[in-house]
Amino acid sequence: MPTLGLITGYWFDIRDLSNLSRKIYELLGDAGAPDWLIWVLSALLGTLGIISFIGAVAIVNIWVERRVVGRMQSRLGPNRLGPFGLLQPVADAIKLMQKEVLQPASAPGLIFSAAPILFTVPGIALMAVLPWGRNMTLADLDVGVLYILGMSSLAALSVFMAGYSSNSKYSLFGAMRVIAMLVSYEIPIVVALLGVVLFAGTMNLQGIVLFQETYWAPMVLLQPLAFLVYFFSVSAELNRTPADIAEAESEIVGGYHTEYSGMKFGLFYAAELINAVAVSAIIATLFLGGWWMYKLDELVPGWMIYIGKIYAVYFLFVWTRGTLPRFRIDQLLNFAWKWLTPMALINVIVVAAEVLVWEESGWSAGFFVPLYIAINNLLAGALVVLFVRVLAPKFQRFPVRPRFAPEIDVPSLPAPPLMGEPRTDLPASGAYPI
Amino acid sequence: MPIKTEPVEVNIGPQHPSTHGVFRMVAKIDGERIVDVRMVVGYLHRSMEKLAEERTYTQNIPFTDRMDYLAAMTGNLGYCLSVEKLAGIEVPERAQYLRVIFSELQRIASHCMATGAFINDCGAWQTPVMYCFRDREKVLDLFEMTCGARLTTNYMRIGGVAFDIPDEFLPALDKLVNDELPRAFEEYDQLLVGNEIIMMRARDVGVVSPELAINASLSGPMLRSAGIAWDIRKADPYCVYDHMKFDIPIGYNGDAYDRMVIRIEEMKQSLRIIRQAMHDLPDGPHKTDVPLALRPPPGEAYSRVESPKGELGFYVVSDGGPAPYRWHVRAPSLINLSVLREMTVGQTIADAIVTLGSIDINVGELDR
Repeated sequence: MPTLGLITGYWFDIRDLSNLSRKIYELLGDAGAPDWLIWVLSALLGTLGIISFIGAVAIVNIWVERRVVGRMQSRLGPNRLGPFGLLQPVADAIKLMQKEVLQPASAPGLIFSAAPILFTVPGIALMAVLPWGRNMTLADLDVGVLYILGMSSLAALSVFMAGYSSNSKYSLFGAMRVIAMLVSYEIPIVVALLGVVLFAGTMNLQGIVLFQETYWAPMVLLQPLAFLVYFFSVSAELNRTPADIAEAESEIVGGYHTEYSGMKFGLFYAAELINAVAVSAIIATLFLGGWWMYKLDELVPGWMIYIGKIYAVYFLFVWTRGTLPRFRIDQLLNFAWKWLTPMALINVIVVAAEVLVWEESGWSAGFFVPLYIAINNLLAGALVVLFVRVLAPKFQRFPVRPRFAPEIDVPSLPAPPLMGEPRTDLPASGAYPI
Repeated sequence: MPIKTEPVEVNIGPQHPSTHGVFRMVAKIDGERIVDVRMVVGYLHRSMEKLAEERTYTQNIPFTDRMDYLAAMTGNLGYCLSVEKLAGIEVPERAQYLRVIFSELQRIASHCMATGAFINDCGAWQTPVMYCFRDREKVLDLFEMTCGARLTTNYMRIGGVAFDIPDEFLPALDKLVNDELPRAFEEYDQLLVGNEIIMMRARDVGVVSPELAINASLSGPMLRSAGIAWDIRKADPYCVYDHMKFDIPIGYNGDAYDRMVIRIEEMKQSLRIIRQAMHDLPDGPHKTDVPLALRPPPGEAYSRVESPKGELGFYVVSDGGPAPYRWHVRAPSLINLSVLREMTVGQTIADAIVTLGSIDINVGELDR
């Protein structure tokens, strides 16, 4: 597209916002500003951009989530305030700010108050390393994937702080469940991302996107198993159904945020949405090609493609939330240890062998990439079928549908022991695994 | 060094999202496991049985609405049947058919609510409950069309029903039973019956053995889930249920999953009954004239109906005056709940919530 190509490199070219910042730095440099000032200004500028994006996301996502789930639930969702109910999140925020902030008298105030603030940090900090476009990265870390892993586990710690400091039994349950989940689900997450890193040969997020651009293959095709494992694991870490056991409303009321009210609760609520978007962004970067999309990124600004992909993944999270019932905690931990971890390990072994063959043979990527896409997809399909159909526990000892009796039929049965007697067939205290 | 642990007591209710009202369950738990459960009822006690002794027989009908407010029609019916038995009142045939139609519609509405709330307790974030409400609304629309009320219908009268059905009722009912509800139940079948997560959550949870079920005098889906084919509509037919053809769905294992699918199948059987009743609906009066201040002869009467929750019995004693001398209600919610401890001890908190949801209690009826 020659006409579009003409404007490339100018500050008003919205396809790559880095042009604008480069222009500012050049102007500053020409004006004789010292290097440190340029550094500070650039950091501030990028942070401002990301924080404003996050603020917009938190507001928009409340609306998106409520509308989309409303549609899924055969109702309209918020539609009174503003066009299509767009002002509903604003009204929600105003209501939350006006509410009295209650705090249990026995709660340690500092930890109790710090928890919701700290909970918002990881989601925001994660956004720093994301590549928004070809030259648009705030912090181009060489260990980007490692940074992401570290940051995303931090959220669980603040959740534990909240649950433990609330001094409420329900909150304590939420806190303990979060720790159990963190211990179990970190492993499949790390091992799944290892497959991606092995293929790309770098931990730099921009590098991983460039790898996908070079070989014209989004990582979800090359690494379907890692994608599945990562998707299930993060939906467990994000506390969204089917894995929202840390705040399971029907069981432990609100879990860790039972005792929070007002804007402290609002921070938890907003930070959960931000975390969901941050994780969607990671999936979009690592598995869906980030700002790259075949030839489309030459026409459409890369950051627009990227946001589109983020919201496509986010829709998947909303979809599962609006559809599935919740697992029990032991089932969820079983799922992590018995299914996801082995699948991720198998994936890493296969990927390591594939990468070794690719590098040692020296044949062209045009041969290896389609071959590996075929092999890995077949492997993923076979493993999923194996796990679901063969290795899964059988719940269908009985038919799924009831029997029918045309007439009444009451058998005569011996009387059982009297009700209300202490049970003797149960293990002693502390003998249960969880 | 072994870590010393001790059980913790947790209050589940009276203010808890999934206790279906103000029921309180004090659970002693060891980690996630329940060691002991103590049930505390009475938060919604409104003293209806005592209040009824001050009111005439007809004035007591609205109390039965407010007992099981999710199944007001069957509550009305059970009470009217007992008073009719006491006073020896004959009910016209059209009224009997209308009573069957409305109790079966009420069963569908109540089971929709029970299924939706049960899956909500499994943690499905409000989605199934909205779909179930969608179908329940259609039934409630028919109630509104007939008697002007949706929830507390106050429709049955001693000696018949309050109003005859309007002209537009039968076409609307035909559309509902032959088109809308069958499609909705097909949807339930696809989405809920055999759903893997619901299976995982509800199979082998809250198991009631047949012995326990009979011993604790359970009734309704609780009893049928244990594999015992018992239904008042067949065992002790009232109205015109002896003319109706239907099957009793029974379960295999007595667990929460069995109770859910039994409710779904019962709704389909209710459609069958409504179709037959619509087909046979005779002309004639819809009620006999009964004096407003009815004075039944001294004596007592017990009559029972198969309410959506189980056997709903009304025991009325008359001393010849205009008000009952004693009125007692056998509330299925209370009696079905009595086995909660046997069902939940040894399971996790999450299972206890699922179990409680599968019993389908109604606290209005439980505490009366």
